Amino acid sequence: MTAATSRYEAGRLPVARRTVRALATPGGAIYILLGVLLVLLFLYNPSLGESGQFMRFIGRTAPIAIVALGQYFVIVSGELDLSMGAVISAQVVLAGNLIGQHADRVLPVMVLMLVVGIVIGLLNGVLTTLFRVPSFIATLGTTLIVSGVTFYSTGGAPSGNPVDSFRAIGRAGIENVPLLGFVPYSVIILVVLVGVAIWLMRRPFGRLLLSVGDNQAATALTGASVWWLRTRGFILSSIASTIAAVILVGYAGVSPVVGQGYEFIAITAVVLGGVVLGGGRGWVLSAIAAAFALEVLFSLLDFVGVQSTWRPAVQGVIIVVALGAPLLRWHRGRRHSETTVAPSPSPGESVED
Amino acid sequence: MSSIGPSLRARLSSTTAMVYGVLVVVIIVSVIIGATLGRNFFSQGNLTVLLTSTTVLGFVTIGQTLVILLGSLDLSVPFTVSISSVLAAGVMAGQPGNLLPGIITALAATTVIGLVNGLLVGLVKINGFIATLGVGLIVSGYLFTNYQGSTGKASPQLASLGDLTVGFVPVMTIVMALFFLAVVFFLTRTRTGMHTYAVGGDPAVARMSGVHNAVPIIVAHSLSGLFAGLAGLVIVARLGVGSPGVGTQGGYDLLSIAAVVLGGAVLAGGRGSLWGSLGGILIFACIDSVMGIMQLNPYLKDVVRGLVIIVAVAIYARRSVPVRISRFPASTVGSAASVKERDL
Repeated sequence: MTAATSRYEAGRLPVARRTVRALATPGGAIYILLGVLLVLLFLYNPSLGESGQFMRFIGRTAPIAIVALGQYFVIVSGELDLSMGAVISAQVVLAGNLIGQHADRVLPVMVLMLVVGIVIGLLNGVLTTLFRVPSFIATLGTTLIVSGVTFYSTGGAPSGNPVDSFRAIGRAGIENVPLLGFVPYSVIILVVLVGVAIWLMRRPFGRLLLSVGDNQAATALTGASVWWLRTRGFILSSIASTIAAVILVGYAGVSPVVGQGYEFIAITAVVLGGVVLGGGRGWVLSAIAAAFALEVLFSLLDFVGVQSTWRPAVQGVIIVVALGAPLLRWHRGRRHSETTVAPSPSPGESVED
Repeated sequence: MSSIGPSLRARLSSTTAMVYGVLVVVIIVSVIIGATLGRNFFSQGNLTVLLTSTTVLGFVTIGQTLVILLGSLDLSVPFTVSISSVLAAGVMAGQPGNLLPGIITALAATTVIGLVNGLLVGLVKINGFIATLGVGLIVSGYLFTNYQGSTGKASPQLASLGDLTVGFVPVMTIVMALFFLAVVFFLTRTRTGMHTYAVGGDPAVARMSGVHNAVPIIVAHSLSGLFAGLAGLVIVARLGVGSPGVGTQGGYDLLSIAAVVLGGAVLAGGRGSLWGSLGGILIFACIDSVMGIMQLNPYLKDVVRGLVIIVAVAIYARRSVPVRISRFPASTVGSAASVKERDL
């Protein structure tokens, strides 16, 4: 990387060196962190190695990973979605009230939930792009509206659970799988969604979404429809919230506060995964790895015996340290050396201004 | 300084005029709704309630305005408000002699929290959204680990101050107004105040113009912490106790940001004014008051608030497009390349 032209030479760096370079970026370092945390978790809780236990653990963290996945599409395009928690709660309440004990209603209600999710996402997107309401404010407004309606319709109290065949999506799984033992449906859903997300990000849609986040003006000049790209990001985010809600009904039951705080956990995970707030940089898999790292850390704290009230504080320390440390190092490096910093080949770079 | 003074003021007044236009519409609608229900919107009792409910959010919003003007955000305010309330009530413990120690402890703690925010944003250069979210979470961990429910007791002087009114104006609102004027002076008449606008408008240009960007960032965040602390004191004066959940229940982070934006400020920074924010708070207060008169379901109030925020900001956004200074006439980049949000 001595000359700028070397980026365009036919031969790329060897895989090993590229991997090392990628691991040095925030988007890559998260895998090291995840690995260390997993090893610690297994040391503190060897029973996790038993058949099916680890799969159940992944199943429990699936909703958060899915929400982070949805938030990724919004953040990478340069916006924010604060409405995820409210959408999750609304969908959970919708499922609980409409399905009730009728097994035959499961499919139609799930279609309805999907439609509601798409409509909310479309609303967020159109408000942000065509009406030029900053996404922070637009999604805050939809949060107030959606959660207001949810609380009004339930009176603020938890209500009865829907039929077991619907809850099974979040709780049950496939038994007696060779090697893994038990595979929860939520893990399968997560794996499929991750696959779809990676595929989307390699499609023209994903490439353009990244480029909108990086430089809106340039992307508009290439002929891409900026508003529709971002709006699709918001729709994907709401769909992710809806899927997370379907899984959460199985785990947590029906209550208008189920989704509370999910939007900030999602934003934390995405940012921790090296995705830059403001858009244009970051890899979807790193965001999901960060969501897992957060969950692994929280269960680790449980095993070590830290009071659960310290959870948010730990989350806060991680945010500040994980994002502050690389920046400090970068500033210092720049102050001491006169040479310009070569542009990093990986998309995980977290330097903004 | 004098050369940019008038144009800056003209720009602010045009946005602010629009905010107060919206406020007038809201007041007229409120009066009509009040009248149809046989209630006088301008009755002394109603105005006192309206001003009282404005005070806490008002204090928080003053600080939030400063922070938003320079292109950052303060998401830690609900926890700062809470910690101020538990520290003040805890130190006072109902003793008259502990009034000053209680106030000083609370305000010192919240100012330090704001200072930490400022250092993280200004020197470490973490995004303001993330830094204040992180600091807020740390404070919340401390709060909920060490305090389970309401604690302490306000000193008698503070408690009586909370109920005292001059005419129909609560004393606490007058105190807020004085602080408000002081901050208006700070923003429009001092160097750091002007630098706040400069850094919010464009940090790179501000830096190249010789502004030490970290100074206004640190000052604004510290002041935001201080004002959140004052809001906590108002809560202690009114409730008589401190509570670890009082800030989060109030939703002061998002409501104060919404009030600032309702006041015509641009979230990306650099544009807006305290007078606009005041209009934003009053719009909120009028809507809340009339919904109280209508005895609307509390959950539906949120729906109305959400609608008002979205509609108002959408109106401002439409208006502010032609107001934007165009450097290149007959722009080919034009509307498609509207300002890229820097921080969000």
